[in-house]
Amino acid sequence: MTEPILSVRDLSVTFDVPKKGAWPWTAPMKLHAVAEMNFDLMPGECLGVVGESGSGKSTLARAIVGTVPSSNGNIIFEGADLANMNPRERRVHRRDVQMIFQDPLAALNPRMTVGEIIAEPLVTHDPSVSRAERKKRVQELMARVGLLPNLINRYPHEFSGGQCQRIGIARALIMKPKLLICDEPVSALDVSVQAQVVNLLMELQKDMGLSMIFIAHDLSVVKHISDRIFVMYLGRGMETADARTLTRRPEHPYTQALISSVPIPDPKLEKLRKPALLEGELPSPLSPPSGCVFRTRCPKARPDCAVGRPPMLDLGNGHFAACPYHEPVDLLAAS
Amino acid sequence: MLLEIENLRVAFQTGDGEVNAVNGVSFGIDRGETLAIVGESGSGKSQTAFAAMGLLAKNGAATGKALYKGQNLLTLKQKQLNKFRSEEIAMIFQDPMTSLNPYIRISEQMAEVLTLHKGVSKKHAIAESVRMLDAVRIPDAANRIRSYPHEFSGGMRQRIMIAMSLLCQPSLLIADEPTTALDVTVQAQIMDLLGDIRRDFGTAIILITHDLGVVAGFCDRTLVMYGGQIMEDGPTEAMFADPSHPYTKGLLQAVPRLDRDDDSLATIAGEPPDMSRLPQGCPFSPRCAWVQNTCPHIRPDLVNWADDRRRACHVPAKEVMA
Repeated sequence: MTEPILSVRDLSVTFDVPKKGAWPWTAPMKLHAVAEMNFDLMPGECLGVVGESGSGKSTLARAIVGTVPSSNGNIIFEGADLANMNPRERRVHRRDVQMIFQDPLAALNPRMTVGEIIAEPLVTHDPSVSRAERKKRVQELMARVGLLPNLINRYPHEFSGGQCQRIGIARALIMKPKLLICDEPVSALDVSVQAQVVNLLMELQKDMGLSMIFIAHDLSVVKHISDRIFVMYLGRGMETADARTLTRRPEHPYTQALISSVPIPDPKLEKLRKPALLEGELPSPLSPPSGCVFRTRCPKARPDCAVGRPPMLDLGNGHFAACPYHEPVDLLAAS
Repeated sequence: MLLEIENLRVAFQTGDGEVNAVNGVSFGIDRGETLAIVGESGSGKSQTAFAAMGLLAKNGAATGKALYKGQNLLTLKQKQLNKFRSEEIAMIFQDPMTSLNPYIRISEQMAEVLTLHKGVSKKHAIAESVRMLDAVRIPDAANRIRSYPHEFSGGMRQRIMIAMSLLCQPSLLIADEPTTALDVTVQAQIMDLLGDIRRDFGTAIILITHDLGVVAGFCDRTLVMYGGQIMEDGPTEAMFADPSHPYTKGLLQAVPRLDRDDDSLATIAGEPPDMSRLPQGCPFSPRCAWVQNTCPHIRPDLVNWADDRRRACHVPAKEVMA
């Protein structure tokens, strides 16, 4: 059996939030953005991470890339624990883990040319590469991601949103990373352009053997691109399974609510769809509910859900759900 | 017809010259009907609604007609138009936080609508507002009405906007991307709520969106816009089953679907149009797979080609649908 390229073990990310109106020396409140996360990513696999705003999916991505310090746990990337490394040691691994962002224009420096933007990681990590070689590699990559190489001296504002996202992808790939983390890469794009970028990412993943973590709130896109999906709620993992099983026969009540809320562009199926509407609001992450964090909105909640965090139960075939009262529901049975 | 738009054009004077955001759009909506206007950014779908409501930016000008119960809204003065806004036509927007005043309690903002338009006492207005907040399922409305906008979540704020827009019981509600900024579970709640409103109050709703999924479940009729023009118009079910325009067809194939396992998505080549440099003919022609010699030069008219369905395309419907 192959070793996972990335293993996340008991990862927690905590932010300090100062208490309002309190003396400055009183202890701040702890916001658990990500709590006790565990998952493995196999080489060449694409893991989709879904959850609503505030579920901690972006913080998870940032912790793996290293822009947010983790407060507990391990991030084991190719045998090395990234979470407990000093910055100098970590820098060696940075080139292997790259990221693309949601707002393509905001992620690009407006005063740098496209050529400079794409070449920047190369300049940082591999200064020995000659100028001519660098330009050659940048132009090859531009052609690969669907940009005309003669646009190398243009500035980001001269490009449309979809093209800017292609520039961001080229920048992330110039170091030939092993792991690519995409944080809502297509959310800001128009439907027709979104499909182009999704197809490009899938091609690149196959050609370069990339492992990918794909974060998005659009479940249809995540399902399309991912091999496996991980569902988060209030910083915790709720359920994980291969993309097809998770969207067709989810077991966790939260996943069921989430999946059944996704509209399908087919009027006939839409008439049959009955979304399981969730009651109430997302609780504050500063004071998450005791026990299961989802219990305050769960249609199946029982008194004992308030005691102890439910463990991830193994349901076979790589399907895990953090709910003792899980049961499969056939969604989309009509199709 | 409740609202009838005739040959509407919207042009903006900008530093780069005139930009034509809407180019000759005509459609109508009946009482109690739900109409979707679908399109990507820059398609002119929002500007069409803004023009009818007199909400265009200062450098914009609208020509044509927007007949509401026979009265042309485009020629009305601000003061006259204010009578129509909220009392007859209400509008909700994508980001509810920018539509609510952050310094003023919800109670004041809602009561103002009624005291201004209906001339009722403030006490009565607040009682009515609480009733409306209850109707949009805000828990503990009687107490929470005294809160400020920031004390509510995004979904709750959108509910407040919907409640506020319904205070004067308008005949038409224009919802401009009402769920785009919301999570999918909240989106399901809001769409469910809009469905109830349509049933209980008989309000006609124009839903402006880019999300084909939301349209499929909600709207009787769909209008597809591109480059400031209507590409296709017809009953939602028939159009989604059998799109007759290359753009509609491409759009429907480009969306990944939860109920399907496709290997790769069909794409529409190219980028959305630059509105200041539209081709003379069909705006979609540079990206169209069916493009013919005449397409970039001669603009196709929007014609009735089947029962209740219109399309603007030089290529015969049979060829596109095959």
